[in-house]
Amino acid sequence: MSATPNVRLGHEPEPWLEPGHTYASVTDKISSAVLTRPLGIGWLAGFALTFSVVMVLFLAIAWLIIKGVGIWGINIPIGWGFAIVNFVWWIGIGHAGTLISAILYLLNQKWRTSINRFAEAMTLFAVACAGLFPLIHTGRPWMAYYMFPYPSTMGIWPQFRSPLIWDVFAVSTYGTVSLLFWFVGLLPDLATLRDRAKQKWQQVIFGMLSMGWRGSARHWHRYQVAYLLLAGLATPLVLSVHTVVSFDFAVGIVPGWHTTIFPPYFVAGAIYSGFAMVLTLAIPMRAAYGMQDFITRRHLEQMAKVMLATGLIVAYGYAIEFFMAFYSGNKFDVFLANQRLHGPYSHFYYALILCNILTPQLLWFKGVRRNIPALFVISLIINAGMWLERFVIVVISLTRDFMPSAWGRYSATVWDYATFVGTLGLFTMLIFLFVRGLPAIAISEMRELVHQESHGDGGAE
Amino acid sequence: MSHEKRSQLFGVLGEFSTPEDLVAATKQMREAGYKHIEAYTPFPVEGLSEAVGFRGFRANLVALLTLIGGVGGGCTGFGLQYWVAAITYPQNIGGRPLNSWPAFIPVTFELTVLGASIFAVIGMLALNKLPQPYHPVFNVERFALASTDKFFLCIEARDPKFNLAETSKLLQTLHAEHVNEVKDEE
Repeated sequence: MSATPNVRLGHEPEPWLEPGHTYASVTDKISSAVLTRPLGIGWLAGFALTFSVVMVLFLAIAWLIIKGVGIWGINIPIGWGFAIVNFVWWIGIGHAGTLISAILYLLNQKWRTSINRFAEAMTLFAVACAGLFPLIHTGRPWMAYYMFPYPSTMGIWPQFRSPLIWDVFAVSTYGTVSLLFWFVGLLPDLATLRDRAKQKWQQVIFGMLSMGWRGSARHWHRYQVAYLLLAGLATPLVLSVHTVVSFDFAVGIVPGWHTTIFPPYFVAGAIYSGFAMVLTLAIPMRAAYGMQDFITRRHLEQMAKVMLATGLIVAYGYAIEFFMAFYSGNKFDVFLANQRLHGPYSHFYYALILCNILTPQLLWFKGVRRNIPALFVISLIINAGMWLERFVIVVISLTRDFMPSAWGRYSATVWDYATFVGTLGLFTMLIFLFVRGLPAIAISEMRELVHQESHGDGGAE
Repeated sequence: MSHEKRSQLFGVLGEFSTPEDLVAATKQMREAGYKHIEAYTPFPVEGLSEAVGFRGFRANLVALLTLIGGVGGGCTGFGLQYWVAAITYPQNIGGRPLNSWPAFIPVTFELTVLGASIFAVIGMLALNKLPQPYHPVFNVERFALASTDKFFLCIEARDPKFNLAETSKLLQTLHAEHVNEVKDEE
């Protein structure tokens, strides 16, 4: 930039790290949250609450296994209901972690550094919650191994032309690769915790987990090669996973599902909801653990911009769905589009438009993007909106498809809600455990950031 | 230590405060003719692995292993599906050919990524000889700072040019703030 000094005043990019930090201070601040900070009443209360919600989940699953899927609101023709809505919602949330870790890494975006670790943790926990639903919605989770190709005595093999089998491979690969990526990122930080731990049990646990990492130049070289390759592999993977999830719908001939816009619009929606969830978690966490120096207002603003961009892609997807329904002239598609606006579930559709399209338009304003309470509320609204989107897709299409004689209605039962709320509890409980058990911000990468910022290229993008 | 342990010299360890000092010292030591040197840092430092003499084919083995894992995963994925759908369990699904390969692409892709990722991680750990709970440098108390804010250079005793007094002195002239002997206990 060669603008005059007057013009540049006030336009200096804010740093990604508050000034005055050293290698030791970032290390100390992040590792002390794990090693020395006493368990506060807030953490204990939060953990107790979420743990009890997990018990609700266990109860709901136990009752499901005893009675079968009849305890849910599903019926014929609406065989998919909450389980698939929740599955798609959770797996979508699980996309932000790998996006931040992998794609922003390849694009050399410095602002990923302080948020990638817990975004990856969030991904893992969201994928765990997501994976639960396909497993239990069969009603016989102990038969789940039928979906894997193994030489059975019955001589039966999976049907590889089915998107549902692609889904098994996509989600399990995604879970595995996310775990590997997360662990590789953690390895140097586990060594830091090992070296700084004062108590024997901490030294033993972190000593085993860190595998004897000692940060030698040769180690780092191979580490960086592996990390870069994992980022490169995870990038197409993250795009493929929600694409495959969308195939579960798009390959079927049901009106409202059988469209080619589904894969890109599902991926954009996944990133949209994922960033919303990162904000929902980052805002309370940075306040509770005093991480405002690392997760700055500028980070939050950046995430808000990503939400705005992906939200607009999602809005475009909704528009194209309508356009294609009428442009195709297919009377079932036209009917379905009308059902969304005037059918028995139209209030869900209007709520969806309000949450997912209208609310994020506030993010055009810098004042809103930098207002932390407002961002928090908007992120919650977008999370709700993305859930409604999946409800609209699953339920409206299934209730009224081709023959009026086969129409039906769907309403969730208390067990549907218990299972859904239970997974919210499981997710939050795992987040609570994570922020106390492992460094929530990548320490070695923060040290690298300190090094870069101190050498004058801070704030460059 | 209650009983006498046989301990032998593993090397000397110089401690530096900045990555620049470490890289400069590493280059100087290489120029002075030392071959068995290793640097330890709390974050990856650019140019350091070249400075300790880690380059060429060995430095790229992780990438090669990843390629092998990816190709192997992809071939396994497609081969499995072809064998299942066309040979061992042929089914007529909507009149499609038995080898309906476009339908096999998603699983082939996923297994390619899975194979490559597992090979990348296991390969990185194995080539780094991890897990390795014990290493002589851990015997130096100050080495715990290698994962916080200090930068270390170890000249190993097996180096033909190694001489405890001389090597230590050379490290000091290169701005090492502390120089410690590294003992290996047998």
